[in-house]
Amino acid sequence: MTSVGLEKAVPVNPPRRPHLKKLWRFIKKNPVGFIGLILVALSVSCALFAPFITPFDPSKASLSSRLAPPSWADPKGESAFLLGADQVGRDLLSRIIYGARISLMVGIFGVLIAMVIGTVLGLISGYFGKWLDDIIMRVADIQLAFPFILFAIVIMSVLGTGIWKIIIILGLTYWVGFARLIRGQVISLKEQEYIQAAKAIGGTNFNIIRKHILPNVLSSILVLGTMYIAEFILLEASLTFLGLGVDPTIPSWGGMLADSRNYITSAWWTAVFPGVAIMITVLGFNLLGDWLRDKLDPNMKV
Amino acid sequence: MIAYVIRRLLHTVLVVLGISLIVFFSIRLTGDPVSVMFAAGEPTKEAIAEVRSNLGLDEPLYVQYGIFLKGIFTFDFGKSFRSGMPVMELINERIGATLALALGGMAVAILIAFPVGILSAVKRDTAVDFFGRIFSLLGISFPNFWLGIMLILVFSVTLQWLPVSGFEGFKHLILPSITLGLILSGILARLVRSSMLEVMNQQYVSTAKSKGISEWKVIIKHAFRNALLPTVTFIGLQFGSLLGGTVIVEQIFSWPGVGRLIIDAINQRDYPVIQGGVIYLAIIMVLVNLIVDLSYTLIDPRVKVGGSKS
Repeated sequence: MTSVGLEKAVPVNPPRRPHLKKLWRFIKKNPVGFIGLILVALSVSCALFAPFITPFDPSKASLSSRLAPPSWADPKGESAFLLGADQVGRDLLSRIIYGARISLMVGIFGVLIAMVIGTVLGLISGYFGKWLDDIIMRVADIQLAFPFILFAIVIMSVLGTGIWKIIIILGLTYWVGFARLIRGQVISLKEQEYIQAAKAIGGTNFNIIRKHILPNVLSSILVLGTMYIAEFILLEASLTFLGLGVDPTIPSWGGMLADSRNYITSAWWTAVFPGVAIMITVLGFNLLGDWLRDKLDPNMKV
Repeated sequence: MIAYVIRRLLHTVLVVLGISLIVFFSIRLTGDPVSVMFAAGEPTKEAIAEVRSNLGLDEPLYVQYGIFLKGIFTFDFGKSFRSGMPVMELINERIGATLALALGGMAVAILIAFPVGILSAVKRDTAVDFFGRIFSLLGISFPNFWLGIMLILVFSVTLQWLPVSGFEGFKHLILPSITLGLILSGILARLVRSSMLEVMNQQYVSTAKSKGISEWKVIIKHAFRNALLPTVTFIGLQFGSLLGGTVIVEQIFSWPGVGRLIIDAINQRDYPVIQGGVIYLAIIMVLVNLIVDLSYTLIDPRVKVGGSKS
């Protein structure tokens, strides 16, 4: 312990659990990313293992437990529900756990659609330029000028509620963000010498994009994708809250908050916990995105 | 400059045309909009025929679109199915409440974001900065409709300081404005921080400091003034998303604005009102963006208005 040189050569106390130590070092270095990872892992495991970890059937109503308070806040000590029950006596915790499925599904699949469309159009727009670029960017301008919520209101009011409808609408609206980001990067990449060289030796456009350009924009796509998952989850919850999102019979966080509106004076728990679930998940993805950006692409502006 | 203004105006017309196309074809997505409108009850043949001729649905598609387009440019969105009132009149009754809410939200966002952003930048990498950044991150992670519900729970239900809903006076404006503005303030604080940091590295700020001017005077007079420009543009462009946000906030606080009009119309399948309301809000946003863009070039002569398109 006293000799520094000796300590370096032969560790006096070799770590018994090298993995834990590694993990600890990672946490100390990246507290933000770690918190983000934990929060995301929490909601992902809720979604994956919902049937195994829910204490009650999320759709089983019971009149006797109508608006039962959380068990720890029940003056009579009769409530069996950790987070209380809703207006028809369904367990709030179980519904929140199942709600994670809807939120994550919308977030992940919606972003995948937006990502694929946006990446393809952004690559085309940036790489080929000219009239293709003009058309794509003018369409993007229109999309940007027309706020999503209004667009969704028009479409959902015609099509009716449904999770896949939301996913498709989100994907078809938010590709613009990916397209603009990638277009900008491709335009500057195109001038790089190695791309010019690849062109000069007769590389086909497809191969140049696939081998030299796409790998260079992947990290930005990943960062924006993570942040968009957070945004999509918020948008889905807002739409469902307005009655324009997921079917009201399916347990979803936005739907639970919509239900809670009439009971806010008598049953605060119905209004508080679903919102906490949304916030934890969204915060998790935002933290993760922030960390990924700092790690992969610190100059990126999102 | 004039060429730029003309191009920008043409661009605006193009965007309005695009929006009109989106709305026009969205409503017709399912084929026959009349069948959607009557989804709830059993319509008589006469009722269907009347709605058809009322909406001009018996005309060919391009004629329908022409009429629709003419309506947009003459601000004539037809009549409500339910009340029979002209849609424009319904909107005019309520647009004041919506604009009051949007401006209130803007005021809240600015009042919070500027101090937080400036302090974060000046006290960079200290605890103040850390909390400022946490605040921003929480801001963008907060579902605003939930924030509204929580504010009602705390200030109206528990403390009973402020009214739950309605629009009768200043007191009624407080909670909805906070709900609308707090989220924006998170994003705005981030922007203020980063543009302040950028400016504070400039030489004229160092020069001012070296002349012995007090720190806060330098910050406000030299740094903040120059950091203001990108922020103001951003605020202008965010007005659109604030207007979109009013749709949700109005629903929570039973605010008698255009957003609530639209949502009520959806529940009643009152399509002329949905169309008119959405296009009206969209056009306001497009016009605000246009004004912001044009005034930006006037305020800051350094902005290039020449050839580059984006």
